[in-house]
Amino acid sequence: MAGPENTATGETLSRRQALIRLLRVAGVGVGTAGLGVWLSQRSLHPETAIAASVKRGHTVAPNPALPELAIVEGEDPAQLARQALDELGGMNRFVSRGDVVLVKPNIGWDRTPEQAANTNPDVVAEIVRKCLQSGAKRVIVTDVSCNEARRCFQRSGIAAAAQAAGAEVILPDPSRFKEVDLQGEVLTRWQVFDAFLEVDKVINVPIAKHHTLTGTTLGMKNWYGILGGSRNQLHQRIHESLVDLADFMRPTLTIVDCYRILLRNGPTGGNLQDVLLKKTLVASTDPVAIDAYVAKSFWNLDANSLPYLTMAAKRGLGTIEFEKLRTRFRKV
Amino acid sequence: MRFLKPTRLRLYSQILFFALFLLLLLRTEFRGSLNSSASEIRLPYPVGMFFQLDPLVAIGNALASHALYKGLLLTLFILIPTLFLGRFFCGWICPLGSIHHFFSSLKSERKRGKLLLESNRYKRWQNTKYYLLAAVLVGAALGSGIAGWLDPFSFLVRSLGLSILPSTNYGLQAFLRFLEQSPTGLLRGFGGVLHFLLGSLVLNFKQPYFRQGVWLGSIFIFVIVLNFRVTRFWCRAICPLGALLGLVSRWSVLGLVKESERCNDCNRCLLRCQGGDDPIGGVAWHQPECHLCLNCVGECPENALHFSLFPAQQTLGANLQRRKLLTSLAAGAAIVPLMRSTPGLAAERNERLLRPPGSVDEEFFLARCIRCGECMKVCPNSALQPALMQAGIEGLWTPVLVPRIGYCETSCVLCSQVCPTGAIWEITPKEKGWSVEVGRESKPIRLGTAFYDRGRCLPWAMATDCIVCEEWCPTSPKAIYFRPAEVFDAAGNPKQVKQPYVDPSKCVGCGACEKACPVQDRPAIYVTSVGESRSRSNQILLNRSKKG
Repeated sequence: MAGPENTATGETLSRRQALIRLLRVAGVGVGTAGLGVWLSQRSLHPETAIAASVKRGHTVAPNPALPELAIVEGEDPAQLARQALDELGGMNRFVSRGDVVLVKPNIGWDRTPEQAANTNPDVVAEIVRKCLQSGAKRVIVTDVSCNEARRCFQRSGIAAAAQAAGAEVILPDPSRFKEVDLQGEVLTRWQVFDAFLEVDKVINVPIAKHHTLTGTTLGMKNWYGILGGSRNQLHQRIHESLVDLADFMRPTLTIVDCYRILLRNGPTGGNLQDVLLKKTLVASTDPVAIDAYVAKSFWNLDANSLPYLTMAAKRGLGTIEFEKLRTRFRKV
Repeated sequence: MRFLKPTRLRLYSQILFFALFLLLLLRTEFRGSLNSSASEIRLPYPVGMFFQLDPLVAIGNALASHALYKGLLLTLFILIPTLFLGRFFCGWICPLGSIHHFFSSLKSERKRGKLLLESNRYKRWQNTKYYLLAAVLVGAALGSGIAGWLDPFSFLVRSLGLSILPSTNYGLQAFLRFLEQSPTGLLRGFGGVLHFLLGSLVLNFKQPYFRQGVWLGSIFIFVIVLNFRVTRFWCRAICPLGALLGLVSRWSVLGLVKESERCNDCNRCLLRCQGGDDPIGGVAWHQPECHLCLNCVGECPENALHFSLFPAQQTLGANLQRRKLLTSLAAGAAIVPLMRSTPGLAAERNERLLRPPGSVDEEFFLARCIRCGECMKVCPNSALQPALMQAGIEGLWTPVLVPRIGYCETSCVLCSQVCPTGAIWEITPKEKGWSVEVGRESKPIRLGTAFYDRGRCLPWAMATDCIVCEEWCPTSPKAIYFRPAEVFDAAGNPKQVKQPYVDPSKCVGCGACEKACPVQDRPAIYVTSVGESRSRSNQILLNRSKKG
């Protein structure tokens, strides 16, 4: 620091010292002004950043020679999964070498497998195995749980089974949600778990359960599990929301777990008396038809009484006339 | 042999026990295992171990409940050796003591040269802790667990668990986010590695939040800062556990021997004295103040100090003044009735005083709870929060369930597992009895009852479908039912909606409905404590099935 020592003794500054001091002050002044102008030009209304790269739709090309709907019955859940996939032409039809596949079971509730509130872990594990056998690079298993996620993932048995089968099990880390434009009619910008955003193939593996608002919760309702934020507001326009979500997440394949179905007090259940052992698995490439089929055959609900199905069909997401699909029934 | 010097051994012991304490505290959390599908979830570690070793907790529990809760007998491992050896616990084991020791050893303007020597002389105000001890023990005998406000482990777990660790997690997560979103690949890679390392031990899966966190943390920091004025001020003047151990150590057989003929009054023994117990020559040693840190022995250049068994020298005890002791006893005896002279406990319970599942009735709860915050730390939903005034001033920092922040997870009983004193009695998920045939097959533990605010509920007030509450209700059959109703929207058009109701015979008061209610600020369904199974009086219905 030059300068102050002179003033302290009352002497005047030399011209050189005064000039240096003046330049220093001027430099700070110009710098401050420049920074201020630059910052003031940057002022924008703050907005949450929107996720840029989002893959919408994961379907594979239809094959007229193969069935579109498969219903298999038998004792062993894993064997049923294998059989259902074979009926539809084998996993090779859906998963190509090097694919990143996301398997989306329902891991929504802090319940054990017997309580039938979450997808059967053996079914999930078998699907994971089949994906890997078909050459998938990575198989991710995840869900955005309703109850505390770590309890749900553990007590459902799904995390352990899927991990043992070679899957990458990902907990819904709260820091991994991204703002996404769903481009729906009622759903526009929502928080979506980023694990769902950049995968090649998506296999939806819901469990068939009772639900008060929609009669049943099946494949399309399972897409609630990609969302964060206040998804409890979706119920206010549940049918439109379901169609918007199904439009956003067009799965490669849907496999509805009807091994144990939850007849009452869904979607949480808890009581073993609410559970009915049906030992069935339904698989389809048509996400609307499969819901229509399961609703009809297990709850005797006509597709016409389920607005979300008719609306989805109208939007071209699938058909409610599951009778017209190429269908294969098998008992194992 | 430098590594085996007694002061070195003490340092190793302090580090070991502090690390153990911190590890157990960090593990007071269900972290989940992706490899396990075990349906019964318990913590694998004895996370409450330090509380079980704490004689103040045990004696307080014995005075309040006329019994000892499971595990508290372990305190004999501390109490019996203290009888023989003195306050080794304070100097060698206590993690809070070690924190104070560390901060006291940092340089401070207030503790230099003569000031330092003077500050480490014995002071009469060090007796404060004995009077505090007398007051809180009388409080315990009269049925109030207020000792927990000052118990060192309660203080430490409450401060670290509810404030310091959550804020650390917040800071680390922000730092990691900064690294991982950086445009520089090197920083991103470093962030990834750091995330992995911290993730397995320190980071929380979900950021925990606690009411009063800022105050609990500020009090802790304030107590730490006091060390820059007076070495281990908390241990010397406040800590009732230190006082208790001091009193117990009065008859200990291990003592400091001062060889006065060797002493040249250099006063070096005072430099790093922890207890303020006057190891210097020419005055008597204050035995109950000594932490057995052994610094004076190591510091003495003349080897004039050593500890030996059955020393013949005269030592001083706590030297309490009768009048002050009587005053503190009277204060302890007065404070409990004073705190209970408000109608809160008997006639006007706070409707939002929801206690954790397994809690004993309020009167017993206040007597046993040591306000330590273990239950709040372990709750996976951050549902348990430290009370401010919900349970009266006496219930400050006792746990309350705040469903808007988090509901009580159906099969979770972790809070009852970690409670060291039986304020939350240990229960199994089966005893909790939620989800299956509530009221018929199971006599559930109920925390309260849910009520609708029909002025805010969408199907009741806004002609809009919703019933998320029914979806989340964990009991089967569900405690929330609905009836279809024809209502009119703003334009006057008729509309069918499902309007929900609560069936109090099935409601367990878990608060899932309140948490899930989409009315984000003040929910349209909320749980109040009426009907809680622990209370015989706080009930609504004559015929609602009661527990046991």
